[in-house]
Amino acid sequence: MRNTAPLLELKPERLDVGEFSQQPVSISGRAFVADVSGALYWPAEDVLIVADLHLEKGSAFASRGILLPPYDTAATLERLAATLDAYQASTVICLGDSFHDRNAADRMTAEDRGTLSILQEDRDWLWLNGNHDPVIDARFGGEVRSEITVSDITFRHEPTASPVTHEIAGHLHPAARVSFHGHVIRRPCFVGNGNRLVLPAFGTYAGGLNVLDEAFAPLFGNDGLSVFVLGQEGLYPIAPRLLKED
Amino acid sequence: MSGVSQKARSRPKGPPVRAAKPANAPAVLPDQFKQWFARRGWRPRDHQLALVEKSQARRSTLLIAPTGAGKTLAGFLPSLIALAGAPRRNSMGAGLRTLYISPLKALAEDISRNLVAPVSEMGLKVSIETRTGDTSVARRARQRVKPPQILLTTPEQVALMLSSADAGYLFGDLDTIILDELHALAPSKRGDLLSLGLARLATLAPGHIKIGLSATVAHPSELLSYLVPQTAPDLMRSMADLVVAKGGADPDIEILEIDEPVPWGGHSALYAMADIYRAIQSHRTTLVFVNTRMQAELVFQELWRLNEANLPIALHHGSLDKARRTKVEAAMSEGKLRAVVATSTLDLGIDWGDVDLVVNVGAPKGASRLAQRIGRANHRLDEPSAALLVPANRFEVLECRAALEAAKAGEQDTVIARSGALDVLAQHVLGMACHGPFQPDALFEEVRSAAPYAGLTRARFDRVVDFVATGGYALKTYERFAKLRPTDDGRLRLSHPSLIRQYRMNAGTIVEAPMIKVRLVGRRRATASGKSGAARPLMGGRVLGEVEEYFIEQLSPGMTFVFAGEILRFEGISETEAYVTRAPGADAMIPSYAGGKFPLSTHLAKRVRAMLADSEQWAGLPLPVAEWLGLQNERSQLPGVNDVLIETFPRGSRHFMVAYPFEGRLAHQTLGMLLTRRLERDGARPLGFVANDYGLAVWGLGDLSQRIADGSLDLDQLFAEDMLGDDLEAWLAESSLMRRTFRNVAVIAGLIERRHPGLEKSGRQVTMSTDLVYNVLRRHDPGHILLEAAREDAATGLLDIARLGQFLARIRGRIRHQVLDRVSPLAVPILIEIGVEPVARLAREDLLREAAQELIAEATRKSG
Repeated sequence: MRNTAPLLELKPERLDVGEFSQQPVSISGRAFVADVSGALYWPAEDVLIVADLHLEKGSAFASRGILLPPYDTAATLERLAATLDAYQASTVICLGDSFHDRNAADRMTAEDRGTLSILQEDRDWLWLNGNHDPVIDARFGGEVRSEITVSDITFRHEPTASPVTHEIAGHLHPAARVSFHGHVIRRPCFVGNGNRLVLPAFGTYAGGLNVLDEAFAPLFGNDGLSVFVLGQEGLYPIAPRLLKED
Repeated sequence: MSGVSQKARSRPKGPPVRAAKPANAPAVLPDQFKQWFARRGWRPRDHQLALVEKSQARRSTLLIAPTGAGKTLAGFLPSLIALAGAPRRNSMGAGLRTLYISPLKALAEDISRNLVAPVSEMGLKVSIETRTGDTSVARRARQRVKPPQILLTTPEQVALMLSSADAGYLFGDLDTIILDELHALAPSKRGDLLSLGLARLATLAPGHIKIGLSATVAHPSELLSYLVPQTAPDLMRSMADLVVAKGGADPDIEILEIDEPVPWGGHSALYAMADIYRAIQSHRTTLVFVNTRMQAELVFQELWRLNEANLPIALHHGSLDKARRTKVEAAMSEGKLRAVVATSTLDLGIDWGDVDLVVNVGAPKGASRLAQRIGRANHRLDEPSAALLVPANRFEVLECRAALEAAKAGEQDTVIARSGALDVLAQHVLGMACHGPFQPDALFEEVRSAAPYAGLTRARFDRVVDFVATGGYALKTYERFAKLRPTDDGRLRLSHPSLIRQYRMNAGTIVEAPMIKVRLVGRRRATASGKSGAARPLMGGRVLGEVEEYFIEQLSPGMTFVFAGEILRFEGISETEAYVTRAPGADAMIPSYAGGKFPLSTHLAKRVRAMLADSEQWAGLPLPVAEWLGLQNERSQLPGVNDVLIETFPRGSRHFMVAYPFEGRLAHQTLGMLLTRRLERDGARPLGFVANDYGLAVWGLGDLSQRIADGSLDLDQLFAEDMLGDDLEAWLAESSLMRRTFRNVAVIAGLIERRHPGLEKSGRQVTMSTDLVYNVLRRHDPGHILLEAAREDAATGLLDIARLGQFLARIRGRIRHQVLDRVSPLAVPILIEIGVEPVARLAREDLLREAAQELIAEATRKSG
């Protein structure tokens, strides 16, 4: 079924290949903009949405003796800052797993904490809880919720495991493996079907799960799915038949 | 062991190989040994006796001997004599006297079996055991407390033993270290790791000597210094003594010449299969060597198509299931096979029984490599080895001729000097900390006593230690997670004992490409489930072997390929297995393995260039090849010995530029990538390139002849050495080769875990996380020691930048440009590679853009 999935609402509405850094996306009738950074913008509500930042993942590994480069938090915040600069959203929703573990606040450098609070200035900031961050340290500011519904659209960390509509979630770290002309490229992607959307993980060390993995099957039922793959310069709609399993 | 050329096991009925002569061995041999030689009807060889003398004089020695010269017995003879004479002493340590280290665990086991015979025949009371990754945990634990007198093992096991707290006791009695196949081991990361282990052993057991065993190499000085501690690395190179065995009979090598014209291109030599089959028929046992697994599969298929006599012909390559390989090996040594088609997995010295012909399909790529392969035939020194070279295309005719001349002249490729890899050093430093707290000053001196690390600066050493301790990042945030912490007396100690486990799980320098199992399933069951990963009824079926994951990635269900000697249809994939069904009679889409491809050696390349430049030498070539070169001379010109020929011509709607550097395909691929970048910047609109061992072709939309004529493209500038600066850096940033290189470095250095304790991490997960780490490191800490290590690796490894640099320097001011109105005869074989070799493409981003365009086209079509 996956190979023959029809193009649904995620199909590109723009037909030139020149400018791809944003793509209009419609979810249950609401208009959103998917950004090449992996963030989603909702113009009507002026909300920027990001998923799975996994801040301090590097230092979490380091505390277990695997000394990964300690720049992931700074790199993630830097990209978030650039995206916020572009959209100037008045509200930010982080879809959970924003912090890799409960001790992240103790390990985050003062500089990175400073960057984060600058980003939070003059805007509403909402942390949704994820499985990695069921508790969010008060030092990180913002408001904490388990989920929230804005104008009929529900935002939560873990997508509902049945074909629901009106939902925007994270958690699964969707990635697409694109096979084209004998070359294979694996990249994070947005995946959806017009009624719901799963965002790619925004975190620098977050990694990805192939959208053809079983975990995605209950979400999209028999309706098929469409993806926008994150390139370095653009966001590319890719035909399902070019997608490969891992 | 390849003793005095005898193989009791493999040659049960064979006559004694040497004529029986009265035992006249000199006084160095004790009576026991003299009598044993006499009883077997053998006479000790000069080099065997020389090693006994060297050993008695306590001199570390390198023995260079051709295959079949009794190298292994020579290596063990001094130890056996010492152990036979001296009662077991238990002075310093556990009683381990001789350590034998081989690059292959199979070789260690083979040697062990072959050592048992002389030991029992002489009635010696010597304990001999192997220790490899396959040895049981209980046995390994016992060996650490109560080792045998002779232990046969691998470099990885040595590293592991040295990291244990009781290493000093275990190795305290060490008297002799025997290093087998040193020519193969030394110039590699495993060789680096072993050199560091040897430096440690020199500290733990200062009185021991080393015996290196090597096939013939051109300049043995690299190996000589490898064998002894470098006591004054800044001033001089210390060397071991050298014993060279007298050469045996000259090999009897022929290049296959048949009526069929040699093909212009390709690598499979299908035109010659009937002749190869006839050669197999007229010999007892034939080894058919090929350069890649793909060739092995193809040649095997073809031979069986011709095999009307149903001769037992088998296949052996590294991706086959281990059980299948073992079966072939056993059948071979029992003399049950008439031929084996094999790749380089058989290059090393496992005993292969009674081979009387070696066929080398394709180009031999190096003079030493050819000599070692030929040495597989007739494991007896005094009879000439018989070998048949089968060039697969015209360039390979030249290369085979060059290799044949090199073999006749007894010339060898040089062992390349290498400076020890930093990732390996990092692993060693952690291993030493697992052994116990260390003094950095003392460890630095010890490390520099290993020849590959003689040139290591203190600053670099300190950076490596810092990497091990805290990651070595410019941003110092991991002090509290440090793996090494200073003690009160200025030493460094492990911060937590759990790190020992981490070290042991990640030790070693072999990082396998992620492999995927190929399982044969029934047709009906397989097709019923299609490719959906959710359905998983595919049970049973044999595992045929493993292939690199990237190969499977390129297949879609229904595609056919040749593997394990059969044509298979790819049905689908599930987690770590690829499901296939038999597809007899189908046309196979051939796998394009990169596995086993060696670039043309510098030495042979030089000979080929000389041959091309000197038309008098063409007389000795097959007529079609000589005519081909004559035609090239008429239409264009021939590459010279020290310059480079560049041709430009139009073909179809494209414009081509063909260059003939003869520097091997790795260097050519790198050159192709860099040239395309430069041409793109110059507005010449290149579209792709293809490279083989001899040259490369770049094509594009811009008229290159015209651009060179009007001065808008300057060849001297295009080929200027500065391409190895910014252009190289920019390309490396996105190069997948560089990512793969970094992944290996990160795993070896211990930045990324190879496995989790108790939980094997799949290769795929490792790939993903190292890519993320690589991106972050490049951007935020570009001077990091691991990036430095990866660049150094790439320079000598997959990108062969070192060789490319030498080439660019050599041709400076010596570019000959020839404008043509059509393709030249010499360029044809290179252009034929288009379609065989994947054409290198530009950025991955373009690919995504193109893939997206397809969707758009589709969408427009549907709506319109």
